[in-house]
Amino acid sequence: MDSFLLQILNGLDKGGAYALIALGLTLVFGTLGVVNFAHGALFMLGAFCAVTFNELLKLEKVVLDPEKLTAWGTPMEIRTPYIEEWLGNFGAFLIDYSVPVSILAAIPVMLLIGLAMERGLIRFFYKRPHADQILVTFGLAIIIQEIIKHFFGANPIPQSAPDVVDGSVSLTSTIVYPYWRLIYLAFSIVIIGGVFAFLRFTTFGMVVRAGMQDRETVGLLGINIERRFTIVFGLAAVVAGLAGVMYTPILPPDYHMGMDFLVLSFVVVVVGGMGSLAGAVLAGFLLGILQSFASMNEIKSILPGIDQVIIYLVAVVVLLLRPRGLMGRKGVMED
Amino acid sequence: MDSPLLHIDNVHKHFAGLHALSDINLDIRPQETHAIIGPNGAGKSTLLNVCVGRLAPSQGKVLFAGTELTGRHPHEINQLGVARVFQTPELFEDLTVVENVMIPIFSRKDGAFSLSLASRFDKQGAIADKAMSILADVGLGDHVNHLTNALSRGDKRRLELAMCLVQDPKLLLLDEPTAGMARADTNATIDLLNEIKKTGVTIVIIEHDMHVVFSLADRISVLAGGRIIAQGPPEEIKGNPKVIEAYLGEEQV
Amino acid sequence: MFRISPTSDIVLLLAFAAAVLLGPIIMQPFGAAYPDLLQRFAIFGIFAIGFNILFGLTGYLSFGHAAFLGVGSYSTVWAFKLVSMNVVPGIIIAIILSGLFALVIGYVSLRRSGIYFSILTLAFAQMSYNLAYSVLTPITNGETGLRVLRTDPRYLDALFGGETGARLPPTNFFGIEMTGWPGFYFCGVVLIIMFGLSIVIFRSPFGMMLRAIKSNQDRMRYTGFNTRPYLLSAFVISGMYAGLAGSLMAVTDPLAGAERMQWTASGEVVLMTILGGAGTLLGPVLGSGIIKYFENIFSAINESVLSQFWAFLPETLQHVMVELSSLFVGEGWHLTLGLLFMIVVIFLPGGLMEGAMKLFRIKHSPKVTSIAKSGQRDVVGEGAIEPMEPPKPPAPGRSRQDAKPAE
Repeated sequence: MDSFLLQILNGLDKGGAYALIALGLTLVFGTLGVVNFAHGALFMLGAFCAVTFNELLKLEKVVLDPEKLTAWGTPMEIRTPYIEEWLGNFGAFLIDYSVPVSILAAIPVMLLIGLAMERGLIRFFYKRPHADQILVTFGLAIIIQEIIKHFFGANPIPQSAPDVVDGSVSLTSTIVYPYWRLIYLAFSIVIIGGVFAFLRFTTFGMVVRAGMQDRETVGLLGINIERRFTIVFGLAAVVAGLAGVMYTPILPPDYHMGMDFLVLSFVVVVVGGMGSLAGAVLAGFLLGILQSFASMNEIKSILPGIDQVIIYLVAVVVLLLRPRGLMGRKGVMED
Repeated sequence: MDSPLLHIDNVHKHFAGLHALSDINLDIRPQETHAIIGPNGAGKSTLLNVCVGRLAPSQGKVLFAGTELTGRHPHEINQLGVARVFQTPELFEDLTVVENVMIPIFSRKDGAFSLSLASRFDKQGAIADKAMSILADVGLGDHVNHLTNALSRGDKRRLELAMCLVQDPKLLLLDEPTAGMARADTNATIDLLNEIKKTGVTIVIIEHDMHVVFSLADRISVLAGGRIIAQGPPEEIKGNPKVIEAYLGEEQV
Repeated sequence: MFRISPTSDIVLLLAFAAAVLLGPIIMQPFGAAYPDLLQRFAIFGIFAIGFNILFGLTGYLSFGHAAFLGVGSYSTVWAFKLVSMNVVPGIIIAIILSGLFALVIGYVSLRRSGIYFSILTLAFAQMSYNLAYSVLTPITNGETGLRVLRTDPRYLDALFGGETGARLPPTNFFGIEMTGWPGFYFCGVVLIIMFGLSIVIFRSPFGMMLRAIKSNQDRMRYTGFNTRPYLLSAFVISGMYAGLAGSLMAVTDPLAGAERMQWTASGEVVLMTILGGAGTLLGPVLGSGIIKYFENIFSAINESVLSQFWAFLPETLQHVMVELSSLFVGEGWHLTLGLLFMIVVIFLPGGLMEGAMKLFRIKHSPKVTSIAKSGQRDVVGEGAIEPMEPPKPPAPGRSRQDAKPAE
């Protein structure tokens, strides 16, 4: 029973990441009608926002201390991060909390990236066939990925969670679970809730939802739908970016994490139902849990390799049996 | 009476509670031209869609020459000899006019599928000749090598008609074949359809233009609110008070 | 669109064959006249031609074609291990297995179209890739990659008394070793055959039906065609082309690794095809040649080459330019690839072949292209648009002078 619960928990944090990425994908597809293969790159960019922020904070001032000598007889180097020198203990606190704090930095950065992407590229592809959208965003994803690789190298860069929550928590006598994963789960629920609330309770959100139902009518109402598209895209970029920032202590970011997550998130979107926000969230968590069950040793010994393919298998079955996905509307993109 | 070519038996169709068709019983006799008229939203196109397998009826069945059509794929229904002209022309827009007509000939010649790598899609052979003669019949003889998407709307309708005729169908379903045509074009189409009638093809036609209907139809069925409210030869329909009522404010009969 | 007589097809094929066989001479001025590179041109040319049969003719965008490439490579290496170092059994086995694999994947994926099809094929390819690295390690040898060993049984070779000496025998085509120039010529001849086959497919009724499906699949159905067998055949044929390409990779270098199946490899063949021009005969070969050529050049450039290149600039500026351009070369080749991808999709959706065709047409009859464009937008136009001139005037009076109906 406990191991059962543990697997569910294990699946939930990964599911949270899937859900957040899939949410943005669906939002963009539902409103803008654009299939964005570069959405995974936004997740990855978010993660590297955290990396950059952390590295900036850790920039060190090097002083030679003539009093103390190293074993080789040279003056010992004393390294203090500038931020600690300037801000004292608060600086040290910032470094410790660099991952959550970098959220503040990531929001404007991701928003800017998202807006630039939509204005500079995506908007020219609203009317182009899906195949063209896939291809151009695929190219963009490669570019972003390679730029990151150029500056940060090909190896994963581990990030640590703040010390207080670095350990694990014993939920029951047998379940020991890392704090940060719980935090990630809570965080993703908060963000998802925030996005839903935004869409439900603001006028802006109402227009967006109406646009997802029937784009042409909304356009006819004389509402400037284009500007809202831009903002929706920016919002999706921020959500993906934040998902990336917070994921860094769980998975050391590398340049190809975006594509890895993108393929899975697309599968999530398809399973949930193209254009259904609730479906994307539900399918994200479901597939995350399913994947973690599939990687249990008991199951792997019966069906070797199932952990590698379970998500794809589910997608194939769903597409064949219920093409509109779990919560997709009938007739939307069923072909 | 001859046994009907198309027998629509107690067909119902509803979309999410909306009754598009209710209790439709209709027999199309061999070699007749049967017009289906009715105000907008009466369910005319839905009825045709049920006939060609685009929509499955919620209840009831459609028999073509004794064979049940319900549940069959569109291509199977076509292979049985049912051809359809759509309300908005459905063409191979990226291909040339003559290619558009040659493809239906291949459909008749090769049946469902052939890998046919040994032969060429030859624009000089007998198939092309057949396509050319049909195109000349419908008045597209000058456009054979044009790209289809450069045709005018009227020409596109003519082309679609040619694509159906070239298959020598037993039953021809026409969904507003003259919509959007100029008067002269409409008259030419009426003449053409009258020619086709003489070859013995059975025609079901949906039409708004009463001039077309009364020039062609042997019998007329009037649909309103998803039901057939009247049926009979043109003269009878003209004077039917129920029909006039259904059309009141909709169109001029 | 154009009336191309069988004669002109034969001319095209002969010219193509000449260009391939004379490749070592033609590519001399470009510094690409060595067998290693030329055979890569040929192999990826085959891959792209096959991909084009699916994407170019039917419009179905597969994002998982690298999986068939991988299957081809693995099965050929296994044939080298178990059957013979002669390449013929290896190639045949590769084509059959990749065809079967494509049959299964195609049967499922083709139940859907549009982006669903793309995502399904991508999912299948990723699945194969993941499996090749994990459970299938006994078959694929995981991350190390599958290679031929001296101690492998090679039953057919053993049957004919071929003694394995102290060193591993090379792959061969009935005694001709598949290294160096013979390797290239072997791949080149296969490429020519495959190009010829693609001409046959393009010109056949089958090819025309595929184009009609791309144009309007619904109409095809209401015209009496069951489109699925057509699509599945195209998918399987193109999968077999990919398997053949994978097999030739193993022929020229007998090892196989799972990285061949990665999504980047699938993306690369898409790029090759659209760069050259999807749906054209020559485009994919052209596209793959260009990409492999520049890959070769760009990957070889390092910082010292760059600083020499920018040497004419003042020093600081030189540093900046070296730094900037180093992004795109060497390891950064993929960045250039991505950029190329975007440029082609944004500015040249029809690919190089269409670009060239446009140039040609503008020179000759400037009105045609613009009218053809406006024709697409003619929604209400009631005869408003004059019928366009045909892009190329048909042979007068449908004469049969140069065309004997091929039966």
